Amino acid sequence: MQLTVWTYEGPPHVGAMRIATAMTDLHYVLHAPQGDTYADLLFTMIERRKKRPPVTYTTFQARDLGGDTSQLFMDAARDAQERFQPAAMIVGASCTGELIQDDPGGLSKTMGLPIPVIPLELPSYSKKENWGAAETLYQVVRTIAPQGPDKIEADYKSCNIIGPTALGFRHRDDVKEIVGLIESMGIHVNVVAPLDASVHDILRLKQADFNVCLYPETGLTTCTWLKRQFRQPHTKTVPIGVNATIDFMRELAELAEIPQDECEALIEENEVRLPWYSRSIDSTYLTGKRVYLFGDATHVIAMARVAQKEMGYQVVGMGTYSRELARDVREAAELYGVEALITDDYLEVEEQVQNLQPELVLGSQMERHIAKRLGLPCAVISAPVHVQDFPARYSPQMGFEGANVLFDTLVHPLTMGLEEHLLHMFRDDFEFNDAAGPSHLGHGSSKTVSAEAKDEQQETTSNDPLSWTLEAEKELKKIPFFVRGKARRNTEKFAGEQGLAEITMETLYEAKSHFSR
Amino acid sequence: MSLTRDEINLPQVTGCAERPVLKQRGQHEVFCGLTGIMWLHRKIQDAFFLIVGSRTCAHLMQSAAGVMIFAEPRFGTAIMEERDLAGIADMHDELDGVVEKLLARRPEIRLLFLVGSCPSEVIKLDLGRAAERLAVQHSPDVRILNYSGSGIETTFTQGEDACLAALVPSLPPEPDQAPAALMVVGALADVVEDQFARLFEEMGIGPVRFLPARLADDMPSVGPNTVYLLAQPFLTDTARALEERGATLLQTPFPLGAEGTTAWLKTAADAFGVDEDTFNNVIEKPKQRAERAIELHREKLEGKTVFFFPDSQLEIPLARFLGNELGMVATEVGTPYLNKRLVAHDLNALPDTVSVSEGQDVDLQLDRCREERPDIVVCGLGLANPLEVEGITTKWSIELVFTPIQGFEQAGDLAELFARPLNRRTRLEV
Repeated sequence: MQLTVWTYEGPPHVGAMRIATAMTDLHYVLHAPQGDTYADLLFTMIERRKKRPPVTYTTFQARDLGGDTSQLFMDAARDAQERFQPAAMIVGASCTGELIQDDPGGLSKTMGLPIPVIPLELPSYSKKENWGAAETLYQVVRTIAPQGPDKIEADYKSCNIIGPTALGFRHRDDVKEIVGLIESMGIHVNVVAPLDASVHDILRLKQADFNVCLYPETGLTTCTWLKRQFRQPHTKTVPIGVNATIDFMRELAELAEIPQDECEALIEENEVRLPWYSRSIDSTYLTGKRVYLFGDATHVIAMARVAQKEMGYQVVGMGTYSRELARDVREAAELYGVEALITDDYLEVEEQVQNLQPELVLGSQMERHIAKRLGLPCAVISAPVHVQDFPARYSPQMGFEGANVLFDTLVHPLTMGLEEHLLHMFRDDFEFNDAAGPSHLGHGSSKTVSAEAKDEQQETTSNDPLSWTLEAEKELKKIPFFVRGKARRNTEKFAGEQGLAEITMETLYEAKSHFSR
Repeated sequence: MSLTRDEINLPQVTGCAERPVLKQRGQHEVFCGLTGIMWLHRKIQDAFFLIVGSRTCAHLMQSAAGVMIFAEPRFGTAIMEERDLAGIADMHDELDGVVEKLLARRPEIRLLFLVGSCPSEVIKLDLGRAAERLAVQHSPDVRILNYSGSGIETTFTQGEDACLAALVPSLPPEPDQAPAALMVVGALADVVEDQFARLFEEMGIGPVRFLPARLADDMPSVGPNTVYLLAQPFLTDTARALEERGATLLQTPFPLGAEGTTAWLKTAADAFGVDEDTFNNVIEKPKQRAERAIELHREKLEGKTVFFFPDSQLEIPLARFLGNELGMVATEVGTPYLNKRLVAHDLNALPDTVSVSEGQDVDLQLDRCREERPDIVVCGLGLANPLEVEGITTKWSIELVFTPIQGFEQAGDLAELFARPLNRRTRLEV
């Protein structure tokens, strides 16, 4: 039993949802209780997807447990097939579904559904989200891909891009950037999977000469299998940062048999700004900034290289929650003379950050919380994702444009401080939207300052032209701090207009009513 | 004013008029009761909620709580792992260890809830026994109670019901000779609670006690002389538990809007024999403010149709408010569970043209909603954006639970919650 408040990864069935939601015509029937439907909001709210995830939950209840929950599953599967007409279906159980041992895979086999049904075994009590995503993609590919036509020889080289999912950290933009990069080298992109892929696309995987393993967390299992099964080699470099992108291009050139000089000429053509911006004297203040990294393995490994070699920072600590790729992170950490922290306990991360006192934290939303508490600047470079991690603008992490984005990402927290983050975070919230937010955290402050305490301070030092009764003052304190300033100003404005000398609780509410729109 | 229980004028018990209720059984698109922890842990300031569950439970809490939590929250999940389930580790020993660690880290905690989840219920982990055992160990510093917030038994706000129902047996007893006392039951925002307390005080009913109290040691006492008003409609089990302790329900409409709040306060005023003039004097100004604030939105909302997906059990009282006080037209009002006794007044106030549904088959309900194309749809977070894409304006139902909406001073805010999405739509030209 593990005590936790926050978790870096969801359960493995959420990983399976990321595959189903990424694809265009795959449906997931999940044997799960009603509360598990919360996961829909990850996609509709956090990622702002325009459609509900293609998931049907059986939503069994306590009173069903004595009866026939298998029938419930079969009814749900049949209804889903008829209503949504998917090209294939994945079936499985969530943590609670696993305990009632109905065997959705076995049940669906007996149903004679007119489409391929792929059973998933995702052990909820030992595995997590990324593993679940990787396993699901592997099972889908393993079932569907061999049915496709044999490879047709072509006079061009082609590749698949494997790994981008729904709810992935900047996957949408990374794919666009990398497809562009690959095509600029004259290589054809055969299939991108699972993001925006159809089941039919999975049938065509065999047609490629090699695979690009874009995100090892979700794609490596599949790439390894494709290599074994169809002798398709796959890339090892994740193209995040200038140097990694160049390495990636060289790797592609080798796999696609592009002559070395042609490849080098293409590399020369790039218009990436990071190297010059980093060499610009304006950036000297970045030298040796102590940086701490924590997140998924892919982003931490890549971002450490960017931070140290391309920004001139000093990596003082790094770690990951991706246990499956712990060895890679350990090896990378050795390059910077630090020992990797492998954990999924955010308290351990917090302790390490506190001890190391870095000048910049690069992490997930979890580290952003930690950094906020410790008053440290932070940039988000990894999942778990948050609505902010799906910016409206084009903002890849990969390729040359990604490197430009990274320069900004890794510099801005230092110049702007954390308060900007906080304000942005709450701007769209129903209670916060009108508040001209005060600066919550002192810039560059190294001790913990609670936003509330700060706000209180400002309030007591403001000189009131009008007097507040004790009762009214107490009532004002009950209003959330982020709108309190506005409430005070409005009430005073109202009292001034009414020619009142004293503000009572009645005045406070009269003012509230007056200004209510 | 000190009255004995016998001097209390109980309101006439109102039954529900016959009306068809659509019941469908299919996929439920709702939160489980664990989500109630989100506001309960803010309300009871020295309580900790320990979910005994899975990674899914922890993930739900952080996804639904999102950025709302500033400090280290007073809730957490003891995640069951393979070794617990395989019997390699003794689950009760493990839980004891987790509680030990937790209480050492948070010495300010005075009340600990062990909260059951779907997996803990399915494996029949006896949290009642665990709570008793741990209580012996940690008494008197920390009181330990248990309830289930599992999705196989509870929907969203029913988690609060289960929590309060678990608190009731531990409330101190009121002596038999004690004067009649009013209790307000159901978590309210502190600011709303204080407004109500003041109004009751001015009417001469008092002191009024609130359940839950803000601190574990301030929980109200209860006995045969307790009469209670529900501030929230979803408290079926809590009402039952209070009645087992001898308390008496004052059946009433819920305090939403000017009319709802007036009726709610009036029920208590009548019970305690407050004279008409006093009552009117006390509510006059705030009621006018509420009416004024509602009036500002009436023009924008009058005649608009509204469709409720089931979520919080607040749907029936909300539909009453929107219909009677803002002139909106409810088409379908879905609720996860319909307790006809508790919402009788609000339900009876709905015109016959309103279709009431209980439970859910979300796909069929979406079909009906698309067919009707209401002006505004009240629904959960999983459905809102997809409906907006189809051109249907939505109001997230969760906001109605997380925002202070009860009472006179909040009536305008409540109306505004419905006006804003429509307002936004007319503004945008992109």
